[in-house]
Amino acid sequence: MTTVHLDEVQKRFGDVHALDGIDLEVAEGEFVSLIGPSGCGKSTLLRVVADLEQPTSGGVLVGGKSPHQARVDQDYGIAFQQAGLLEWRSVVENVELPLHVHGVDKATRRSRAIELLELVGLADFAQSRPSELSGGMQQRVAIARALAPSPRLLLMDEPFGALDEMTRERMQAELLRIARETAAAVLFVTHSIPEAVVLSDRVVVMSPRPGRITDVVTGERPGVDRDVDDVRESSAFFSAITAVREALRKGHP
Amino acid sequence: MTRAVPGAAGVDAGPRRSGSGWPPVAFGVGLLALWELVVRLAGVPEFLLPAPSAIAEQVGAQFSVILPTTAVTGGNALVGLVAGFVLGVALALLAAGARVVGELVTPVVLAASAVPIVALAPVFTTMFGSTTEIPRRLVVTVVVTVPVFVATARGLRQVRPVHDELMTALAATPWQHARFVRLPGAVPHIMTGLRLAAPAAVIASIVAEYFGGPQNGLGSRITSAAANTAYARAWAFVAASIALGLLFHFAGLLVERLVTRSRTT
Ligand SMILES: Nc1ncnc2c1ncn2[C@@H]1O[C@H](COP(=O)(O)OP(=O)(O)OP(=O)(O)O)[C@@H](O)[C@H]1O
Ligand SMILES: [Mg+2]
Repeated sequence: MTTVHLDEVQKRFGDVHALDGIDLEVAEGEFVSLIGPSGCGKSTLLRVVADLEQPTSGGVLVGGKSPHQARVDQDYGIAFQQAGLLEWRSVVENVELPLHVHGVDKATRRSRAIELLELVGLADFAQSRPSELSGGMQQRVAIARALAPSPRLLLMDEPFGALDEMTRERMQAELLRIARETAAAVLFVTHSIPEAVVLSDRVVVMSPRPGRITDVVTGERPGVDRDVDDVRESSAFFSAITAVREALRKGHP
Repeated sequence: MTRAVPGAAGVDAGPRRSGSGWPPVAFGVGLLALWELVVRLAGVPEFLLPAPSAIAEQVGAQFSVILPTTAVTGGNALVGLVAGFVLGVALALLAAGARVVGELVTPVVLAASAVPIVALAPVFTTMFGSTTEIPRRLVVTVVVTVPVFVATARGLRQVRPVHDELMTALAATPWQHARFVRLPGAVPHIMTGLRLAAPAAVIASIVAEYFGGPQNGLGSRITSAAANTAYARAWAFVAASIALGLLFHFAGLLVERLVTRSRTT
């Protein structure tokens, strides 16, 4: 079964064709990146899947359900460019938020949140305030929060966009490990070609006005037995980068 | 004393920077000394302005009266402050929760801010009779409700878009949205509203006494002392009013500090 299924999806904001004729499938456990110039509709596509935006036309299925039902059932977790933690809650309470909203009892949600903080390597900071954490740590908390309801799908809109290069690479390795351990599918928006290549099974290249999918490039997502840093130095990695770059140039002459 | 209820202006003025409290104290003492000097040297008549020493003497002599009198006025101010605070927050929550309610409530509350309390006091006294403290407490409530409502409404509106998106993605109900995000996010604003309303509650409580009701509070004592040409005694009650106002001011400031600090550490 596919986790995300988009069929001829179109989205207009007045005269702006944010999305046009989008066909996309994300398989279970698959990691798919969306890349393209600013304004090509990457965020809009993600928001349509998340039921934060209604498509003008076309069909959307998330885990075989309507996006609305998927949202109500918390079938997906979402992380934005800003961590968006609630400053008045402790780190562990922030991770608990989705479960709290869904009426999970206190003991259950606390133990789940601690488990997730261990997964993202922040168990020692459970009782800290978000303001005491660095940007990268806050983003890890946001990812843990997105994972709280054990979603089969993770939606991420430039989650590492505000981080420095070193932190970013470390976060990419973390995310790969988390995606592997949870076996969740990931739909990931980024502006960085190397990031898209190193993380993804497939890199979806988009072009603006109207927002369309122009190309799909196979990424270099490492398997269990392979280290990310090895991938970053491999020739396959560089040729995939070249392929994505050319696809971007082609869509944007 | 036709002072209107403090409204929108200045709600965002943050707590003043904490520094040494000595310069203003020294300034105040200097001013009192100057006052004493001017009154003595220029021979200012007592009905115009009694000397601080004469007022202080009266404070000592009347202390057993001043204390319960201040307690009555302070009690009314406190009851009205609590009631107005709860009402202001509740109305702002309602107004933020449903647009229809917001469009109905907001103009009414803002109109209340244009009503001078002198206009309300006699009306309430006629409504509830002159033997109860209720009219005064109601006046204070109205005076307090407005700044708390305005500050809370502003805080509730200032939700970060990312938090809004998050709650929508989590399929949170409007009530959960208010409870998890809007209300806690608005706390600093609500506390600013409380700090601004606290001294205003004292003023309202005193002024309301000028319009009938039991003659047991500071406002009534000031009027009767002045009517009896006991000017220094009237000023002693004025001094007590100032002390009460300062007490509420600093209590409001303290609560604001404590609440906002406990959230960031
Ligand atoms: N709520 C909205 N109302 C009107 N126009 C919108 C809205 N949201 C997006 N758009 C328009 O739709 C187009 C696609 O926007 P979108 O945010 O999806 O692009 P993006 O690829 O995510 O860009 P970026 O890389 O800068 O984040 C843009 O032209 C944008 O101006
Ligand atoms: Mg975007």
